[in-house]
Amino acid sequence: MASTTGRRRRQRAAVASIAATTGIVLAACAPGGNSAAPEPAGDATEVSTELTSEEITLTIADETGFPATDELAEEFTRQHPNVTFRINRDTFQNLTANAPRLLASDTPPDLIRLPTMGDTVRDGLLANLDPYHEAYGWDAWSDSQLAPLRMSEENVRGSGSLYQLGLGYSVTGIYMNLGIAEELGIEAPPSTLAELEEQMALAAENDVLPIVAGDKDGVVNFVVQAAMNQFADQDEFMAWMFNEPGATYNTPGNVEGAELIRAWADAGYFSDDINSVDYFEFVSRFSEGGGLFTFNGNWEAATYQEALGEDVTFFLVPPVNEGDGHVAMGAANSFSVAAKSPHVNEVAYFLNWIHTDPTARQIVVDVTGASPGGDPALPMPEVEPGSLIESALEMAARIGEEDGQVDFMANTTAGIYAGSIIPESQLLVTGRITGQEFVERVQEFYEGEVGTR
Amino acid sequence: MSRHETLPTRRGGAPRRVGRTAGGSGVTGPPRPRIARRAGAKAPARRAAARGWFLLLPALGMYIGFVVWPLFMGVQYSFYDWNGVGPATWVGLDNYVKVFSDPYLLGSIRNAFVLIAFFTVIPITAGLMLATLIRSLRPGPFSRASQTILFLPQIIPLAAAGIAWSWMYAQTGAVNEILGWFGLGWFARPWLADYGTALPAVGLIGSWVLTGLCTVLLLTGIGKIDGSLYEAVRLDGAGWWREFFTITLPGLRQEIAVLMTLSVIAALSSFDIIYTSTQGGPGRATLVPALSIYRIGFTQSDVGLASAFGIVLMIMVLLCVLPIQRLSKAGDR
Repeated sequence: MASTTGRRRRQRAAVASIAATTGIVLAACAPGGNSAAPEPAGDATEVSTELTSEEITLTIADETGFPATDELAEEFTRQHPNVTFRINRDTFQNLTANAPRLLASDTPPDLIRLPTMGDTVRDGLLANLDPYHEAYGWDAWSDSQLAPLRMSEENVRGSGSLYQLGLGYSVTGIYMNLGIAEELGIEAPPSTLAELEEQMALAAENDVLPIVAGDKDGVVNFVVQAAMNQFADQDEFMAWMFNEPGATYNTPGNVEGAELIRAWADAGYFSDDINSVDYFEFVSRFSEGGGLFTFNGNWEAATYQEALGEDVTFFLVPPVNEGDGHVAMGAANSFSVAAKSPHVNEVAYFLNWIHTDPTARQIVVDVTGASPGGDPALPMPEVEPGSLIESALEMAARIGEEDGQVDFMANTTAGIYAGSIIPESQLLVTGRITGQEFVERVQEFYEGEVGTR
Repeated sequence: MSRHETLPTRRGGAPRRVGRTAGGSGVTGPPRPRIARRAGAKAPARRAAARGWFLLLPALGMYIGFVVWPLFMGVQYSFYDWNGVGPATWVGLDNYVKVFSDPYLLGSIRNAFVLIAFFTVIPITAGLMLATLIRSLRPGPFSRASQTILFLPQIIPLAAAGIAWSWMYAQTGAVNEILGWFGLGWFARPWLADYGTALPAVGLIGSWVLTGLCTVLLLTGIGKIDGSLYEAVRLDGAGWWREFFTITLPGLRQEIAVLMTLSVIAALSSFDIIYTSTQGGPGRATLVPALSIYRIGFTQSDVGLASAFGIVLMIMVLLCVLPIQRLSKAGDR
């Protein structure tokens, strides 16, 4: 008996000492870098706008299914044979999940597709492009296009230094099936939000699905945000998306937009199985004539054109009052340069070339259907007259003139889309929660995530 | 699998023997001569032990490097607020408090326990029935073919099963079509988009995958049961049910324990089926801990919270699995 208690005591002592040592070890050496952000290599190398004559290879980390980088790299090598490229591809989700670790590694890609900057700027992983902005004269480019690509030292987007550029700048709107519209007696796309609702009601009465949408992976938020955009204060909404201190999602405009979506859900404007429809299913349903309207971006213009031919048109979401300015989501296919890249000058040269070289701009438009950005004074690439891509470029130009571009709310924080916007919007479009609840819940998640920074 | 089986035995068995010999308090007379014999052969024994440890080194190194060390690091991360790259700040138990106070994370744990019904109860019950049925079949091509077909889902990657089933569960998918044939068209629905059916529907994918494994393993188990036991019980006039409960079920205790261990782990840490079929939706109806951990760690870059939830999940799995191990061991004696 004595030996057992003794053993127990010894065991207890051992456990206690192990726990104590573990505690000390855990507290003593914190994971990760303890020091402040390392000095980016980009600042160390002298800024030059002359392309090197040495033989170099630039690495690009890009998502799968985005062939623009392949074609751009090929054309660049044709013009400058001493620069070759190695392009590594991974799925969008894997790439975004791994991006910070890729950038922090000893051999980061020189150029990387980076949809949300998150903590990468604060952690010193991205090259500051301000010196190149000055050296190349990028100040002639559209400010509203570059604003979302900037980040301040306080981790607030929209202002501060430039850390990203776009390989194409997208714009969103509504695609309308003209064949179905004609059958319903609709002559022209709506010019106000009320008119849009009338046309949707007409479709519903005639057993035509008013809005082709899916929400398994959150695509319905093109519709949700399109509604919010028309009611919300644009600056206030942008301030939230840029994570400005004190910014809130819970604004009267956002609530009004969300309540409108709830009303559309109650009226049966979405399909019953919306929560099991993913992006590809949603695109193919509209391509097959599955409904009157669909909310999507310029990147599907070519697909819809091919499927529906002349029977489809693309236009900006109409404002509440006729004659009001348009507001539409748009974003850069954003790429960043790794701070540790030994070729920051060359990558900056490549990025500048993409925005200014006529062949490169043509490639961007042909392959992505997105506006090439850059100096608005430069001639636009040629596109087929009357095509959806032409409409898309016109829409992008109009939004630029009216200064009506807003970012996608999915880009607000790294985790908000999967963690809150998708599940809550699934509840909203099936009438489980009100617009007010939707807005409150997303804001609560936002505070939790931004607060942990 | 072998880790879970062998660990408890080693821990439970070894120290007890040491304690008894070291105590040597008269009650245990016989050990004394054994100790003496050991003392005589001490040097060679020590050399043999050294050689044993030497041979064990590569495996031990791998185990420590790829299991123990990462586990230790996971525990360490769980006490920090860390994004995986930048500087980390010590937050004590905050992450654990968050795991147990966030209703969404708790909801995902509840969903995981619901999945046990589909990953463990259904496949083992179905496996028992199918194994008994197949055993009563005359050995031949039919019994072999049915075994093969039942085992087939096991060789399909879970991710692929999730995608294939999400097509079948769709509004226009096979499930609704088949319901239509039987005049049950009114019952058709988008199974994975319906709040009430999404979790059971996902669970049934797991049942479908695991039933084959259960059947095959249980069938092997039945094959090992002494045939004379069946003869004896039949001579005593037992029917099919009596035979099943008196001979088959007790004889399969080990296999059932192994299957329960495997399938409970599969249920509590399920990821791929959910990730490919519903991604946690609709709303959070099918959100499970592993998916939350993945999102928190890799999308939200909150490595500390993700690690804490991972540790909680590990402890949860151990708490469920260790009693099962005990049960099967208790049955041995």
